[in-house]
Amino acid sequence: MSVKLLYFASLREQVGSSGESLELPSGVASVAGLREHLVARGGVWQAALAGNRALRVAVNQDLAIASTAIKEGDEVAFFPPVTGG
Amino acid sequence: MSVRVQTEDFEAGAEIAALRRGDPKIGAVAAFIGLVRDVNEGSAVRSMTLEHYPGMTERALEGIVAAAKGRFRIQHALVIHRVGELQPTDQIVLVVTAGSHRGDAFAACEFIMDYLKTRAPLWKKEQTGEGARWVEAREADDQAAARWCPDRAE
Repeated sequence: MSVKLLYFASLREQVGSSGESLELPSGVASVAGLREHLVARGGVWQAALAGNRALRVAVNQDLAIASTAIKEGDEVAFFPPVTGG
Repeated sequence: MSVRVQTEDFEAGAEIAALRRGDPKIGAVAAFIGLVRDVNEGSAVRSMTLEHYPGMTERALEGIVAAAKGRFRIQHALVIHRVGELQPTDQIVLVVTAGSHRGDAFAACEFIMDYLKTRAPLWKKEQTGEGARWVEAREADDQAAARWCPDRAE
């Protein structure tokens, strides 16, 4: 299945990308699975998305948790803890 | 429209007047304005850039306003948050709440700010004398938001 990924703020700078369309292998069906899939790219991806980094994830513009399911066509955004206001 | 994300500045007096215009039930208006300081974490701040997630930021703020209206007796609420490059003394954010009595207006205003600071996708990057840096999220902000849901506190 194909998903749209977005990266914001310091995470966007770290991975050098604001977003991409990605075809996911079967078996990747949750936020946690997607994060592991991206970490497996190694290099800056591993450094930026490793499990010990405090990151927020949104699926279709709603805040999500590690177990949130991902479906075909979803928009998934990764970003650092927010600092507005 | 109770939520606006914009690069333009805002005029609090005009926004408050518009929010309560023609509503004789309003006896109390509370407002908060957040500003760019010229120093943060011991460094001089020359400018600040605010990044957001177009679509989700508005949606998150609308959800926070709806939660405030469900929780407090207020009739109207407005949130304006600026994005893009800002300078010290510039206005960043305006929250206005209006209701019959001051207690709910004050509380709703603070509730909206506490949730905005921990839930709305907005990020600050500061230009300082030592270079550019992303502002780190503060534990104190999480604690401020957590006090509104005591059953979930540690």
